[in-house]
Order: sequence, then structure tokens, then C-alpha cells
Amino acid sequence: MNQTSVNPTAPAIVVEQLSVHYGDVTALDSVSVTVNRGQICGLIGVNGSGKSTLFKCLMGLVNAQQGSLALFGRSSTAARKGRLVAYVPQSEDVDWNFPVSVGDVVLMGRYAHMGPLRHPSRADRAAVDHALERVGLAELRNRPIGELSGGQKKRTFVARGIAQEAQLLLLDEPFAGVDKVSEATIVELLHELKGEGRTVLVSTHDLAGLPQLCDSAILLHQRILAEGTPAKVLTHENLARAFGPGSPPVPETTPAATPIAPGA
Amino acid sequence: MDPAAFLLEPLQYGFLTRALVVTLAAAVVASVLSCWLILMGWSLMGDAVSHAVLPGVALAYIVGVPFSIGAFIFGAGAVALIGAVKSTTKLNSDTVIGVVFTALFAVGLAIISRTPSQVDLMHILFGNVLGVTDGELWQVLTLGALTLGIVLFKRRDLTLLAFDRTHAHVIGLNTRFLGALLLGLLALSVVVGLQAVGIILVVAMLITPGATAFLLTRSFDRMVVLAVVITTTAAVSGVYASYYLDISTGASVVLAQALAFTAAYVAAPRTGLLSQFRQRRRQAGSPAGQAA
Repeated sequence: MNQTSVNPTAPAIVVEQLSVHYGDVTALDSVSVTVNRGQICGLIGVNGSGKSTLFKCLMGLVNAQQGSLALFGRSSTAARKGRLVAYVPQSEDVDWNFPVSVGDVVLMGRYAHMGPLRHPSRADRAAVDHALERVGLAELRNRPIGELSGGQKKRTFVARGIAQEAQLLLLDEPFAGVDKVSEATIVELLHELKGEGRTVLVSTHDLAGLPQLCDSAILLHQRILAEGTPAKVLTHENLARAFGPGSPPVPETTPAATPIAPGA
Repeated sequence: MDPAAFLLEPLQYGFLTRALVVTLAAAVVASVLSCWLILMGWSLMGDAVSHAVLPGVALAYIVGVPFSIGAFIFGAGAVALIGAVKSTTKLNSDTVIGVVFTALFAVGLAIISRTPSQVDLMHILFGNVLGVTDGELWQVLTLGALTLGIVLFKRRDLTLLAFDRTHAHVIGLNTRFLGALLLGLLALSVVVGLQAVGIILVVAMLITPGATAFLLTRSFDRMVVLAVVITTTAAVSGVYASYYLDISTGASVVLAQALAFTAAYVAAPRTGLLSQFRQRRRQAGSPAGQAA
């Protein structure tokens, strides 16, 4: 599965001293982050804390003025060409009236595997079938995306990342507008993907679910305020620094998931 | 008059046959492209490109080169100018588009007003499909086939670009190239459509068929097929109506497309006005309906 990776031991994400300014506004200030393979990492911060900018840097949509980043030991461009990165967009960034079906969207995950005409091979079709099975949407493959529930919409895009065989999944606010049952389904799915050695970076402000979901967490507010296990990051003091007065309560930190050794 | 005679009578005139061929070619190319343009939200861009080609067409006639060369240079130039101004100011893109295309349109008017004998402004603005020469016919057919070929070859990538530009970028596609390609195709299809309906109305052929098809289906492939069927029907009925009712051909074709849109808007399954009305009545009346 990892035949596309040149360096089998490099961490999934290494960001060093990354700074991004938009004019006079500083979006990221000397941010350094390491996310090991096979981990689920939560990226936490208020709106405008630089979460989206960090995502855009990882996807090569924004160039940092300073610092460096590497995905699986490669440049972000090489990682994209190697189909290693998948992105699950925020719901509000998707045109739900676009005339495509669930199956069409998942098939888009295979485009980088196809020839210039994007004509699906048998392997591409099998990968789409498999991905739809994994997320429990096989029955709905012909349904227009606009007719899905919030959780089904999210799972469609996760399935696209699975079909792509991406090693790093970037999820932007995956639990916004999603009911509790769907949230549990998605969490379970992400744990399965982690079990296969894939790496997941989730931006969220759903702090309550974080200890159950993540192996590690990063608290961002232009700079890194805290980094480590959810228990270490989600202290009252840290949250007050990130969220200001009226910060959310510290969630229960009894992780259901046992920490997994790197490379397991 | 029997139906065969009704259909065949106009075709005994060579200029009408040519008009029908040009209109059909232009309409089919524009309708296919319109499906991507409306999903990209580029309707205003279509309007801008079509107006901005005026100086190119005028200069081409004056210099004596094929009109499509001048039109394409100015169409592509307008797109580049809009992109350059937008990326170096904080203005909204519709503002920049508005400034650039009206300025270029005015340049065209100025050029034509200084050379009245050589160029017929009315023909450029409103089309002159009944006066199409064989040379112009071949320009339209060649450029139309080229545009259609590129669109069909790149159709899946263009759909992905319209649907999710970020994903296209993340899986390694060159989104900047794809965006530029689609703009180039837009300029080409404007050039193709100019002869049929003129600068002012060509944008209708680049928006209305896609918009009509969008109301009728939720599958993209079906949307393209529907847009072509609708526009073909509208183009043929438009040309015949213009012959028998003695109205401007360009206006007649665009009106036929507008009628198709209105029909879809009112009667489309699920999304049409009638269907919305019926759904609302069923919801409001359902408890009573159960009681009865």
C-alpha cells in the first residue's frame, strides 16, 4: 500500500517555523508541527486562528513566506503528485446543487489514477465500490449529493479519500451540521483508517469529542499554544488562552483509544 | 401548406441553408460549453468576453484578415486583462469585469465610427447570419469542431474544476491551466457564435441552454445532452420562425431558447413552479386528505 512513499519512516507531516502573512495580517507565526503516521491529530482553534491557512499550506494552496514543510518526507507538490493527500471540505464550501451523484464524487478520487480522458478502469470501479461499502453508502451511489443528510454528505467525501488511497486525510470541520449517530459512524471510520496506517488531521472546535477521537492535538492561535496528547492540550489554562474569556469547558479526557506506537 | 413544403421551402435559398448550418453549429458548441459556464458562475464573464471582441472584429475587417482571428485575440486579451487587474487590486471581480469589457466595447465603437464605409456595425452587434459567406461558414465549422473536441476531451477535468477546485489541485491537476483552458474555450465559442446572433446576444447561447438543462436534471452528463437537444430544437425553430414571420434571425433563435427556459422553469419535474405549487398544496392539505 505504501509503494508510493519514498521514505517509509518520515513522519506524515513535518512543519518547521512556518509563517504566513496576508498583507499586514499574520495568519501563521513560526508554526512547527510534527504528526506521525498512523495517528489522528486534532487541530483546534477559534475562527481566524490560522487552521484554514495551515490546511492550505499543507495542500500547496498558500505559499509560506518563511519556513518549510514536508509530507511523508517530500515536498507538498511531490506528495500531491503521489496522490498521498486527500481533502474533505467543509460543507459550506461545497455546491450541493451541483448535478453529481454520490458515485460521481467518489470516482473523482480516482482521477489521478486514470489516463487523460479519466475513463475508469476495472480497478477504479472496484476502488469506488469498496470505498462506498466502507462508508455505508453503497445503496445511495446514484443519489444526487443534494439529497443526502449532513452525515451522508461527509461520508461521501471521506469515501472519495479512501478511493484515492490517500495516506493523509485532511478533514475541515467534519462534525459541523452532523447528527450524533453520523458523528459516531465517522469517528469509527477514522479509527479504522488509522488502523490501516493512514494519518488523519481533523480541524474542529468540537472539543467534547476530541479525547475519544484523537491521539494528539494541536492548539493553534497564529502560533502553537499547546501540542501533545488531548489530555495535555485540553487544560483550562490552554483553552482560556486559545478561546479567550468564556472558553469552552474542559472535556473529559479518558481516551477510549489506546495510544498506538508509531508505525504500528 | 403541407409539412414537407413548409420545411423545404426555405432551404431552396442557399443563404438560408448556410444560415441554418451556422446557427446550428454555433448553438451546439455554445450549449455544451454553457453547462460548465453556469456551474463555474461565469455568466458575466461570457457577457464580458462577447462584448470585448468588438474592436477585434472591427480591426479584422479593416485589415482584411478573418474576423475570427481578431475576435479571438481580443476575447483572450480581455480575459487576461481582467485577470491581471483583479490580481493587483482589491476590487470585486464583477467590478473589474464591468470596467474592462465596457472599455473594450467602447474602443470598438470608436474604431467603427471612424471607418463607417467598411464595417457594418449593426451586423457585428446583431449578427448577419443571412449574409454568411462560404469562407465564414468554414471558419465557424472549423472553430466549432475544435472547441467541441477540446471540451469533450477534457470534460471530466473541467467538471471536477467546476465542482471542487481544491480537490483537483490536491490530486495534482493543474487547476490554473484548466481555468485558462475553459476561458480560452469561452472565447472560441463566442467567436463561433458571433456570426449567428451577433455580439449582444451571443451570451444568451452561452447561458440559457445550460440553465434550462440544469432545471431538468440532476446528472451532469444528462444535462449536457439536454442542453444540446434543447438548443438544436430552438435553433431550427428560430431560423424557420425568422423566415416565415420575417423577424431577425438572431432574435428569433434567442427567443426560442428563452421560451424553452420558461417552459422548464414552469413545468420542470420536482423543481418547476407547478411542481413546487403542487408540493406545497399536498403538504398543507395532507392532514385533511387523510381524514377524507
